[in-house]
Amino acid sequence: METLEKPALTQEEQFQARIDADVRIEPKDWMPEAYRKTLIRQISQHAHSELVGMLPEGNWITRAPSLKRKSILLSKVQDEAGHGLYLYSAAETLGASRDQMLADLHSGKAKYSSIFNYPTLSWADMGCVGWLVDGAAILNQVPLCRTSYGPYARAMVRVCKEESFHQRQGFEVMQTLCEGAPAQKEMAQEALNRWWWPTLMMFGPKDSESPNTEQSMKWRIKRFTNDELRQKFVDMMVPQAEFLGLTVPDPALKWNEERKAYDFGEVNWEEFWQVVKGNGLCNADRLQARVQAHEEGAWVREAALAHAAKRKAREGVGA
Amino acid sequence: MQAAPSESTALATYSAEVRQLLFTYVVQLADTSLILGHRLSEWCGHGPILEQDLAMANIALDLLGETRSLYQYAAELEGKGRTEDDLAYLRSAVEYRHPLLVEQPNGDFAHTIVRQFLFDNFHYPFLQQLKSSPDERLAGIAEKAVKEAAYHLKWSSEWIIRLGDGTLESRQRVEKAIASLWRYAAELTTPTATEKALQEAGIIPDYAALQPAMVAHVARVLEEATLPTPPATTFGLAGGKEGRHSEHLGYILTELQYVQRAYPGLTW
Repeated sequence: METLEKPALTQEEQFQARIDADVRIEPKDWMPEAYRKTLIRQISQHAHSELVGMLPEGNWITRAPSLKRKSILLSKVQDEAGHGLYLYSAAETLGASRDQMLADLHSGKAKYSSIFNYPTLSWADMGCVGWLVDGAAILNQVPLCRTSYGPYARAMVRVCKEESFHQRQGFEVMQTLCEGAPAQKEMAQEALNRWWWPTLMMFGPKDSESPNTEQSMKWRIKRFTNDELRQKFVDMMVPQAEFLGLTVPDPALKWNEERKAYDFGEVNWEEFWQVVKGNGLCNADRLQARVQAHEEGAWVREAALAHAAKRKAREGVGA
Repeated sequence: MQAAPSESTALATYSAEVRQLLFTYVVQLADTSLILGHRLSEWCGHGPILEQDLAMANIALDLLGETRSLYQYAAELEGKGRTEDDLAYLRSAVEYRHPLLVEQPNGDFAHTIVRQFLFDNFHYPFLQQLKSSPDERLAGIAEKAVKEAAYHLKWSSEWIIRLGDGTLESRQRVEKAIASLWRYAAELTTPTATEKALQEAGIIPDYAALQPAMVAHVARVLEEATLPTPPATTFGLAGGKEGRHSEHLGYILTELQYVQRAYPGLTW
């Protein structure tokens, strides 16, 4: 509210004051254009990650080794489709259209999580994706349940509940393998060797090289830096790997008594940036699968619209 | 919902012969929902729109749930210590007993919809009758599955209507799918010797009695879809329910059974 005594706050200052007081921003509230753009970028990127993320796990639904595992995996991938839906809806509250967001994904303009550009090669990958990838996703996402934009925060509450369920399921897949035959334990170790480093990359570039972090922290879209979350993840996962009897593929990994945290080796940032730029093993295949599904589905979407229009016209005549 | 009967009371009343017939039949039902669910799950991540991706995964999950209850019951009927996974993962193509329709490839979305519609149009009225089976286990499984099947039939019927009365392209595609899949429909309601024996024993529904409702529903949906009724004299393809399959099944099982075959005897 404006007062007569003090000079009126600008819209931008009022906005920041609400953020600082932890008051949620809602769709009809005024917001700086850059805040809106940052959120659309982040939420649509997140929605795209759910959509593309269906592919590496979908890859194993038809080959799941038991009916129970098949059922769990299928419902997990279905959950991801659901997350995609509510995230696209959250982005739509900011004025973005789903068609445009998808067009940006298909043209390569919009990004999705790079982790999905790695292949799923064995059944143990279903364990690692749940245990490590969903584990990393949870660390990234739990703070988003308190993010400043209301619809995003509310969508994330639901997403996080399901993700932590998925993470437990992934851990259980790993545990079953590690307690099984030598061939199964080898399968688990081999999968961990491939997934460990790409998962550390999920937290994004080093803080010193993350251009968006400072502003996002100020707007409370983000609440922890990339490096803080990466450290948290390592500290959480190393004891779990030890429990499973698996070796984390990092010779530099060592408990630091002074910091009460693990020291760990340097991520291969060259690989990180290459995959971000589209040069990973599966980038082209993932995008091609999405584009193909969209193009081959065009006649279906057109038919549904045409039928709805005919129906509406008939009802109009009948009325 | 009735309480699940204890295993001994449900099974003890059957003669060895009926038990064998029932085992064969319950496996047939389980194979049917497993294979159709497998086909639907191939769409996962590749659907024409996210909402329909979800719908197909949902139907696949329902069918998989039904599959598991049925295999578990079959394993008990057999009484040889086999599990649901042994039945799904360690039988060869000729031992599979589902109708040919459900193993047909997804094709385009129109083919998937027509295949689903033909199946749902049988599955739903069938389960409605199976609910009153004197076999309490089958009745219980039907009781749960029929609610899901009602939704499946609604979904596939609505899509037949949308595609038939949508655009010229969707109409041509759905007509083509009907032309290629309709000949598999008759097998669903043509009883095998096993089915006849169980029908005569009053354990499973008489398929002839399901026909009027099935024909009426197809007629209503096709009319609303402005699609012509396919000629009734089309030569029906059958054999799947007796283990004579199309070439497609071998590839389905190669994928489905891969891990279990590559690493025999392990727990996953």
